[in-house]
Amino acid sequence: MIVQPLLKLDGVHTHIGGYHILHGVDLQVPRGQLTMLLGRNGAGKSTTLRTIMGLWQASRGQILFNGNNIVGKATADLARGGIAYVPENMGIFGDLTVRENMVLAARGARNAEAIDTTRLEWIFGLFPALKKFWQYPAGKLSGGQKQMLAVARAIIEPRELILIDEPSKGLAPAIIANMIAAFRELKQTNTTILLVEQNFNFARQLGDTVAVMDNGRIVHSGAMAELAEDVDLQTRLLGLSLAAHQ
Amino acid sequence: MSTTATVSDTPQAAIAPRRIDWLPLSLAPLLMLIAYPLVGSASSWLTLTVAGLAMGMIIFIIASGLTLIFGLMDVFNFAHGIFIALGAFVAMTVLGALPDWTQADSLGLNLLALALAALAAMLAAAIAGLIFERLLIRRVYGQHLKQILITMGGMVVGQELIKMVWGAQQMALPLPAALGGSLIWGEVAIEKYRLLALVIGVMVFFCVIGVLNRTKIGLLIRAGVQDREMVESLGYRIKRLFIGVFAAGSALAGLGGVMWGLYQQNVTPQMGAQVNVLIFIVIIIGGLGSTGGSFLGAILIGLLANYTGFLYPKIALFSNILLMAAILLWRPQGLFSTGNR
Repeated sequence: MIVQPLLKLDGVHTHIGGYHILHGVDLQVPRGQLTMLLGRNGAGKSTTLRTIMGLWQASRGQILFNGNNIVGKATADLARGGIAYVPENMGIFGDLTVRENMVLAARGARNAEAIDTTRLEWIFGLFPALKKFWQYPAGKLSGGQKQMLAVARAIIEPRELILIDEPSKGLAPAIIANMIAAFRELKQTNTTILLVEQNFNFARQLGDTVAVMDNGRIVHSGAMAELAEDVDLQTRLLGLSLAAHQ
Repeated sequence: MSTTATVSDTPQAAIAPRRIDWLPLSLAPLLMLIAYPLVGSASSWLTLTVAGLAMGMIIFIIASGLTLIFGLMDVFNFAHGIFIALGAFVAMTVLGALPDWTQADSLGLNLLALALAALAAMLAAAIAGLIFERLLIRRVYGQHLKQILITMGGMVVGQELIKMVWGAQQMALPLPAALGGSLIWGEVAIEKYRLLALVIGVMVFFCVIGVLNRTKIGLLIRAGVQDREMVESLGYRIKRLFIGVFAAGSALAGLGGVMWGLYQQNVTPQMGAQVNVLIFIVIIIGGLGSTGGSFLGAILIGLLANYTGFLYPKIALFSNILLMAAILLWRPQGLFSTGNR
């Protein structure tokens, strides 16, 4: 079945200062699927997400979201247009409480009482720790709990596309298993997700499609299941770092 | 939507809900207690304490605007004083145009005149702040050295513009009739205006704290202090927030100018520049970007200036510097970090 892309990058180049980071990225993110963006450190994965989000502007190429070119649009406008972003550092407001972090993410809510209760309870079901520490400073949460909060903020309102940068980074295996379960639940809502990951074990459990980056370009794209079954291809694309990914 | 995942809810350590840091809050009462036996007389101590608190409130009003501007926008605005001076001159003009109200033996009319003057001063300072942000500040976000240079230049230009409109000389800014003089209880004499300043200062503090802690705008400001990029990523246009904060900060400076001008009972184009150092001392003592810290820092400076002025006049000249040094040795980040607002 051919799934139309919700997001399409055509020959996207990004310069940061004097550095040329993305060298013509071509990427398609099918609607309603979870696409994994893999690659070694420095391949350009995070830059790709930041460029989509408008945090760094593409110097060349097109980024089509729902068929509209979004290059040059302000980050806030993209967020309002339905794109959520979870950065690698999670972007938690540590001095605010968990509740306040969630109120900020729920743009339509003036306070916690105005947040959609059904959706909030669903999120509490995914991440019970957030309910327990609702009134606590977010900066005091553990790394895993902060990651849960970061993801929860991204889904507190329905979004068309969620960009997530390395959600498993630095987390204990038990917490990673919880995150995988939460993402599986999220996938059932037909939310389109583009997820950057270095942990191949994490990636192959969740991804529908996959793209692999190297040196600022997409060097492979296809179904996740194909890559998961083809050890030679994994070794060729992900190289020596594969052991670390496992 | 069903529940599938279970998550360890063990906190990384002993997570506690947000707590009030009582230690810095105890400094002002401690200072009052220490001063009491040194001053010797209960009436003098009470007079000095009220005067110190009132002075602290006026300093807080002036500094609160810069605290917001620095805290959210990370802008070293050395031209903050120009909005103080502008507010004072506008108030002088408004009060001068209402002699029937200011000279009337009616507290209501006096306060009404003062309220109109304060509103006009805040409006003028806010508009000037918007123009200042558009013309100068916007070009130097994130560049501290350029901010210092350009805002100091802006300060000089602003002073000259004030001289063009109102002249270079010192001008009188008399208190409205009913606010002059003191209230006398036995041997205790408390100036009426200082009591008013105390009330207005407390009101401003609770308004600012209320907005920061109980409104979504305040939440955005507090979040913006920590991570602007994430605020943008959540769909909020932080530049608009910046402009609003700059205007609000300038308006508070305008109000502070009115209070300071009436406190001194005169205005000069240089009055803002003269209090600039004091403002920076307050926000450094309080913790950069902390409104509560500024409030406490201003009270400490006001109290210390009055006590030392009475007990050791020579020390009073540099008491605020001594206080800043002592506090920074104890807490290098100031009394409160921005998170303890």
